[in-house]
Amino acid sequence: MRNKFADAIYEISKTNPRICALVADISPAGSMVKFREEFPKRFINCGVAEQAMIGIAAGMALKGMRPFCYTIATFSLYRPFEMVRDDLAYQNLPVTVIGMGAGVIYSTLGGTHHTMEDIAVASAIPNMTVLAPCDPEEMRLATTWCATESTGPVYMRLGKAGEPDLTSGAVDPFEVGKLRYIVRGEGDLCILTYGITMKMAFDVADRVRAKTGKRPSIVSVHTIKPLDEAGVLAALNAHARTVVIEEHVPHGGLASRVKEIAWDNGVTNSVKSVTLKDEFIHFYGSYEELLARHGLEAGAITDNL
Amino acid sequence: MTLKAFDPLIARKRCMSYRRRILEISQQVQALHAAGAFSCLEMVDVIYNGLMRGAAGNSLDTFMMSKGHGCMAQYVILEDLGILSRRDLDLYCKPEGRLGCHPDYGVPGIEASTGSLGHGMGLATGMAYTERHVNKGDGLIFTVLSDGELQEGSTWECMMMAANLEVDNLICFLDHNGMQSFGNTVETHPRFYPIREKLEAFNWETAEVNGHDAAAIFDAVTRRKGDRPFMLIGNTVKGRGVSYMEGGAIWHYRSPNPEEYAQALAELTEISS
Repeated sequence: MRNKFADAIYEISKTNPRICALVADISPAGSMVKFREEFPKRFINCGVAEQAMIGIAAGMALKGMRPFCYTIATFSLYRPFEMVRDDLAYQNLPVTVIGMGAGVIYSTLGGTHHTMEDIAVASAIPNMTVLAPCDPEEMRLATTWCATESTGPVYMRLGKAGEPDLTSGAVDPFEVGKLRYIVRGEGDLCILTYGITMKMAFDVADRVRAKTGKRPSIVSVHTIKPLDEAGVLAALNAHARTVVIEEHVPHGGLASRVKEIAWDNGVTNSVKSVTLKDEFIHFYGSYEELLARHGLEAGAITDNL
Repeated sequence: MTLKAFDPLIARKRCMSYRRRILEISQQVQALHAAGAFSCLEMVDVIYNGLMRGAAGNSLDTFMMSKGHGCMAQYVILEDLGILSRRDLDLYCKPEGRLGCHPDYGVPGIEASTGSLGHGMGLATGMAYTERHVNKGDGLIFTVLSDGELQEGSTWECMMMAANLEVDNLICFLDHNGMQSFGNTVETHPRFYPIREKLEAFNWETAEVNGHDAAAIFDAVTRRKGDRPFMLIGNTVKGRGVSYMEGGAIWHYRSPNPEEYAQALAELTEISS
């Protein structure tokens, strides 16, 4: 995803002189080098100084720019939280904060690098839009929207690298603010997810289909805020069972929002969620192994549905 | 664009009338922060009435108040320049109004929301960078920081970057009144002093003056080399102009009672006459 993000920024910047990129001692690979070389005045490496990155981006936006701030998710949002809140959101400035490598993808780096609460943190801020595209193409479309159409701050959660194409055969087009059916099933089970967990959703769907013969719906909830409440409600009512799969702590993310919508609207169909545990797990292994420790593993999820 | 004619004697009288107006609007709602507005008033006056080029409300340059709690100094000047109305100030901190104890983006003449300390240096650096290197314009960015703000790490993150970013159009003023909520800054951080050398170590151009001496402030800024970011350390007195407020930390929060208010107005009248 990070390469595709760099490609997208580069392409947009060729025709839009208001796009600028600020990084905090980490850069997306690939086209970001071309961006830096061709538009040197629109690229700032702030160094290991995330508060400066957000504050300077806000100042640039106040003078007409559309900055993108890029670093590892924990540092892009948690360290400069007050700058994100006051400088960007309170003033409603069109700055996109990229949280790269969110979730527990940096498994062996430990809890300091695990971004397990970012959706809750970002969603809690008024004016903030929260996006989490599920594959490189969704990410490209989301980045284009941030660069050209957003009117306020955006927090965008990205994976790291190597995410597969999952949306080329999607039922619905990508539209910010609307959930998107990637696969429309027969009404038995609906899987709601976002971000790189989409790959796991496909795995679960395959297992369910092998077990029951029924094809589940798979939905990308790429816009977590503002959440497509009508779309979520329609999905809940159109399926006998819904499960939210989310690489995020149990509170404050998509799962709890879906349950709110279900409760508020008297939905009687089954709603379950599978999330990260509300724990810092001191475990050093692969990404998949750490997810499994949290209970996010396709086989176990399928067995518990 | 050229600078306005700046007369320090007229500025002195103007600042005394500004102080009276600050007291008047704050007294109506028993608002806090008058003493902090008094300490930076001459610097803000020099910026608006001496250094900013172009017509009021349509300046080539930008002022942003990093020490947001000093915003009454800004409000009374914006009123004087016709950018804010008398009604705006009369409704200060009242339900029908739009002016609060900290400046709010979207209000005429207010370039950014500030108040939480440690944000202004980043905002100003981003503005200055865009003006100079992207828009390739001549606009200057002025900002006033409090000495307490220098204790925020975020200020130093940007201070460290500013010279590298070649924002020679960034002109900062430090309202060095030596006080913060808990007491004297020199007691909170004795090893922080002297300040000036630390700024220069980051390749800032600096000058240090009496922050209530309008002529000295104006001269220091207009005589700067201008090839680096510039910081004017203005040595000021919290509550300047009202005897019982001067140097009293409590006046960061307290408002005068009716007797104190009358005394303050009398003192300011004596000074201005």
